[in-house]
Amino acid sequence: MRVVVAMSGGVDSSVAAGLLAEAGHDVIGLSMQLYDQRAKPEAFGSCCSLDDLHDARRVAAALGFPHYILNFQEQFRAAVVDHFVAEYAAGRTPIPCVQCNADLKFSTLAERAQGFDAAAVATGHYARVVFDEDRRRYRLLRSVDADKDQTYFLFSLTQDQLAHAMFPVGHLTKSDVRHHAARLGLAVADKPDSHEICFIPDGDTAGFVDRQLPADDRSGEIVDSGGAVLGRHRGIHRLTVGQRKGLGLATGTPMYVLKLEPVESRVIVGPREELGGRHLTATRVNWIAGAPPDAPQHLTVRIRHRHQDAPAVVTPDGTDRAAVTFIDPQMAITPGQAVVFYDGTDVIGGGWIDTASA
Amino acid sequence: MREDFGNPSSVHSYGQRAKGALDQARSEVASLIGADPTEVVFTSGGTESDNFAIRGAYDALAASGRRRIVTTGIEHEAVLNTVKALTLRGAEVITVPAGRDGLVDPAAVAEHVNSETALVSVMLANNEVGTIQPLAEIALLSKAHGAVLHTDAVQAAGKIPVSVRSLGIDLLSMSAHKFSGPKGVGAIWIRRGVRLVSQATGGRQERSRRGGTENVPGIVGMGVAATLAQQALSHADAVAALRDRLETSILGSVPGTAVNGARDHRVPNTTNISFDGIEAESLLIALDLEGVAVSTGSACSSGTLEPSHVLKAMGLPQAFARNSLRFSLGATTTAEEIEFVAGALPRLVTKLRRLGRTAEALR
Repeated sequence: MRVVVAMSGGVDSSVAAGLLAEAGHDVIGLSMQLYDQRAKPEAFGSCCSLDDLHDARRVAAALGFPHYILNFQEQFRAAVVDHFVAEYAAGRTPIPCVQCNADLKFSTLAERAQGFDAAAVATGHYARVVFDEDRRRYRLLRSVDADKDQTYFLFSLTQDQLAHAMFPVGHLTKSDVRHHAARLGLAVADKPDSHEICFIPDGDTAGFVDRQLPADDRSGEIVDSGGAVLGRHRGIHRLTVGQRKGLGLATGTPMYVLKLEPVESRVIVGPREELGGRHLTATRVNWIAGAPPDAPQHLTVRIRHRHQDAPAVVTPDGTDRAAVTFIDPQMAITPGQAVVFYDGTDVIGGGWIDTASA
Repeated sequence: MREDFGNPSSVHSYGQRAKGALDQARSEVASLIGADPTEVVFTSGGTESDNFAIRGAYDALAASGRRRIVTTGIEHEAVLNTVKALTLRGAEVITVPAGRDGLVDPAAVAEHVNSETALVSVMLANNEVGTIQPLAEIALLSKAHGAVLHTDAVQAAGKIPVSVRSLGIDLLSMSAHKFSGPKGVGAIWIRRGVRLVSQATGGRQERSRRGGTENVPGIVGMGVAATLAQQALSHADAVAALRDRLETSILGSVPGTAVNGARDHRVPNTTNISFDGIEAESLLIALDLEGVAVSTGSACSSGTLEPSHVLKAMGLPQAFARNSLRFSLGATTTAEEIEFVAGALPRLVTKLRRLGRTAEALR
């Protein structure tokens, strides 16, 4: 079977490609060039930089399958970076990896893969996809290595996308993967994991968003939940819910960002105990089964990547909205982040946090 | 390499043998472009030759107030990025666009040349669309003010007859691997009397124009390739006939295709074709998977495809920069291979267009 592997140059996608090639598949490696590699060499990220693309090429050469680099600069800018900046400007905290998966890897890249007669697109994500014979549909499952699970970034996959998706490392632990990389003689076996947002390698998100936005005055008031003005901020795009540092407040108790109000350009802060919330609403919800459940569900719900999913009641609202009520308050529910619903190891669906309340 | 391993600068007999090999190669390369061997300096390739020509001429003339460089938008990046780098050192760069036919208008170049012009750099044959520039006319119109005239002939030397004397220029860059020689070796022709400031200072090799021990095996290979290329020039018509056959077949069997650049002023082995509604990148990969190697514009450092700056400088719409492919033929390309490509293309293009439309509809 011909399989296109989306190769970032990291160890996970390299091993994914290696295992598929070893299993006898006709593998084609594709890497995405996401930013202009000539203009600003120092802007290379931790993922998909020029060095990473060359690493992917070396892995393909060592394993003996063809590898191509696709220029996705325009698509990445439109689908990921512009959205990222707009979300910050609107007082939300975006998570660009989900867009990159949904709009680039599993749509634009998958469409290209069809042009090369590939039956599937594989990635190095820690996730599993299985076909449920009884219900005639695909299930998206957490990876075997719970610590590495990346289903949080994959909730938006449709049944059609899942039908053509392969996650060859989803049943492995990270140390298994490194072991395979060494066994296959891959140069990337000891390459460190990437953590940052790939297009902001210096980690200065506020500075990046600042440079992308028009140079208007975006400052505003910092108030407490009673409305008392405590200070001023330089723009809500520089802040995120739950943030404590960088507010410049001289208050007795540490103050955290509770809410960002874009229209008034106002930031509401409060002590840590006010950060907890039990309610959120989600928009653009995708149900893995293809349709929402017909009744409220007792599930576990994750509100950011490094969040232990917590018990909650999920109530569908039409086909693409949902309300979530946690049993216990959760810290810093942040609009703009993804919210993903689980039933045990099954991903039931997910969406984008629209509103949060106590 | 086994027997003539001496350093050509050494006095002993091994060194003398290597020196002899260099001299022979110099004569062979000079012969390909109708030049005197003493005017040929070996380099590491076309990029170094372009750098030497442009920086060397600018360094020689800038002090006397000549700071203008006139070039064109369809040059190779070796020229474009070098003149751009010189703007940081006070150069005033004028970039003349080409017409839709891929040809530069000599009058458009000449009108920018004045007494403050250090250098005029116009390529002989374009590397993407293959068009041969009216260089003799450009030289004639531009030389009145005493500027140095350079041509990047990397895509022309060995493919079409080149005579530096009849072109009326001062400097010419060439590269061995563009006429089946080894990679990593090239040459610059410097007309006697033209002063260039050396860019690789060191020993007195290459008449003190380029320091550093010569790449003897590469240079010998370049000499042999130059001789073979010169002999093969008589077969150019046969290559052009195959190229035209491929072109006619594609234009006839694939709707929405067009040839970029003037068809009657081209090197014989290239055609650049736009495919309406196709990502050239995808078609390139689909062809490669069938064993057919083609290219787009020019490959960038990551091996991906940059929208062509040449097609843009020709004033073609942005879409052309994304949907055009370059097919290059070699001396060994056969009619069967041409038939194979011509046969595969309609099928691949139809499939890619169908997928593109489906994706568009889903969005």
